[in-house]
Amino acid sequence: MTAMNVSDIIEIVIGVLMTLFAVVTLFSRKIFTAVIGLSIISLVAVVAFIMMQAPDVAITEAVIGSGLVTALFVFTLHAGKEEGEKK
Amino acid sequence: MKKFISLLLIACLGAFIFISLYFPGGGTLAFPYYGDVDLNGRVSQAYIDKSVNGPNDVVVYGESTDEESGSANMVTSIVVDYRSFDTLGEVTVLLVSTLGVGILLGGKRKRLEYKHAPNFILKHGARLTFGLLVVFGVYMFAHGHLTPGGGFPGGSIIAAAILLLYLADDEFRVKLAGIKIAEGTAGSLYVIIGLAGLATGGYFLYNFLPNGTVGKLFSAGIIPIVYALIGLKVGSEISGAIDGFATEEVAE
Repeated sequence: MTAMNVSDIIEIVIGVLMTLFAVVTLFSRKIFTAVIGLSIISLVAVVAFIMMQAPDVAITEAVIGSGLVTALFVFTLHAGKEEGEKK
Repeated sequence: MKKFISLLLIACLGAFIFISLYFPGGGTLAFPYYGDVDLNGRVSQAYIDKSVNGPNDVVVYGESTDEESGSANMVTSIVVDYRSFDTLGEVTVLLVSTLGVGILLGGKRKRLEYKHAPNFILKHGARLTFGLLVVFGVYMFAHGHLTPGGGFPGGSIIAAAILLLYLADDEFRVKLAGIKIAEGTAGSLYVIIGLAGLATGGYFLYNFLPNGTVGKLFSAGIIPIVYALIGLKVGSEISGAIDGFATEEVAE
């Protein structure tokens, strides 16, 4: 096995972080925590895409994955809570 | 117990994928290591060299003129030139999904009420940032043929700017009639440009304008025009969807 350089270490950290936040998203009790976990997965995936030299995909992922989708989830969550509270 | 079984299943599935990718029967790797692929036998090399119609010299940034595709960004030259018809399909998929949102969340609506009303500084600070974000989005699709980015991220950044206004101002709403006009015009112009290519060059979405020098702002024929249309279309579609999510039905 060859010696590990910096990019290998960053790749391993990215993989561990993504797995960790995927588990957080799956098993969190509050839905809001799950949404934020999903957003962090996208944010870390941006770094992964840049490491794989795909800047176009990275920009799209940053805008849509961690920005717009999270916002739409939060809006939906907000609307759903209002309905629940009236009952 | 249930969690343990599901973890075991996931581990088995992961091991299966890993083993079949890295240790196939034949002895060679089914999934070569990053950077080890010989591109010369593959179609992507023809896209990179801009030599799909025949052999071509080396493409030099800032010097080569009138190449097959005038875009300096290889991804753009595939997405909006060689495979532009696929992009038209992609835009249609987005149209259909926002149409679904419009059908589900349409009708007479009012804004969701926030528990804490946004204060003065947040409202006006968001307006300042809104201008910068829109300029960045326009930059993104205007330079789509030169730098990473393009119509889809550019349009999404504009939609994110609209989203910022929705978050910071509890009375703001986009004018849906204007959004419909922008979206419909951009979509039809894309198809009309395609038909113009069919009339002049013989192929749908043929690049009929002169390609210019690779790496200049005014180059690459119809690519900047098409990317601007895609940016406008995506931006207005997602803004319309955001409006649907940030509002609620008016009680009768």
